[in-house]
Amino acid sequence: MVHINGKDIDVAGQSLMDFLNANDYEMGTFVVECNEEIIHKEDYKTYILRDGDVIEVVQFMGGGCGTSLMYRSIM
Amino acid sequence: MKNDTFTLGGKEFSSRFILGSGKYSMELIKAAVENAGAQIITLAVRRTNTKKKENILDFIPDNVTLLPNTSGARDAKEAVRIARMARELGCGDFVKVEIMKDSKYLLPDNVETVKATEMLAKEGFVVLPYMYPDLYTARDLVNAGAAAVMPLASPIGSNKGLATKEFIQILIDEIDLPVIVDAGIGRPSQACEAMEMGAAAVMANTAIATAGDVPVMAGAFKAAIEAGRSAYLSGLGRVLERGASASDPLTGFLRD
Repeated sequence: MVHINGKDIDVAGQSLMDFLNANDYEMGTFVVECNEEIIHKEDYKTYILRDGDVIEVVQFMGGGCGTSLMYRSIM
Repeated sequence: MKNDTFTLGGKEFSSRFILGSGKYSMELIKAAVENAGAQIITLAVRRTNTKKKENILDFIPDNVTLLPNTSGARDAKEAVRIARMARELGCGDFVKVEIMKDSKYLLPDNVETVKATEMLAKEGFVVLPYMYPDLYTARDLVNAGAAAVMPLASPIGSNKGLATKEFIQILIDEIDLPVIVDAGIGRPSQACEAMEMGAAAVMANTAIATAGDVPVMAGAFKAAIEAGRSAYLSGLGRVLERGASASDPLTGFLRD
């Protein structure tokens, strides 16, 4: 299982690029972090998802100050 | 007054109103930015929702500097992770460090904030730390490489105004970095007062996002911040300890 944005998903063995394309992520609008390290765009094709990987896919949203602790969704 | 600007990370800004982008409908953000005359807007970093495709960047004018925050971080390490992700999104090196350990009062953790500021400044970020207005922490932030300090006026989102006024004044008087008053400013008059005190800029979000008419309130804040800045540059009139002093030299002439 790969832990992606808080959910366990059975995609180990797939490339990160295949996962992103299959799940409708719009290229250029997000950043991917794997096990606390950023994966750069040029590495999406070669990065193969492994059992136990913790992936965060994030983007910008509206926020001023502390608005998010209530909706804490990363970290 | 035409050249009254301030500088952050080598960029010059003429607007002294930093707008937060939380709690708005997307359509209102553009009008709020325009009416505010804001040149800096804050953003948060969140997990991508692939079902709701709205991208906030599509609603922010191109010439506005983005100031991602690290809200959600509980310690310096998490703040650094969020800042790196924000930079990777390709919108510059500015970051507002926010580190909070409790969601009831949303108060910043000054100790972790100094640590994160030092780590991020070393990585080339332009760091604007949100902080509790404490002089020693502000000095530590200067030494850590902060580009400004952002002391809170009152608890985030409370619209209660300048509860920490005396302590913010100490920072303005003692710290050689721009002091940007952040959090809790609820009315244009409070923003004006912060500027009269000598703040470099004011940041507001909830006061505008929860107003009856968002674009109109954004404009009201702009006018108040400009008025307060002019008053500061002018120097305020003196206050009498007691008694009165006629401003009209003819007072009482009917009896003379």
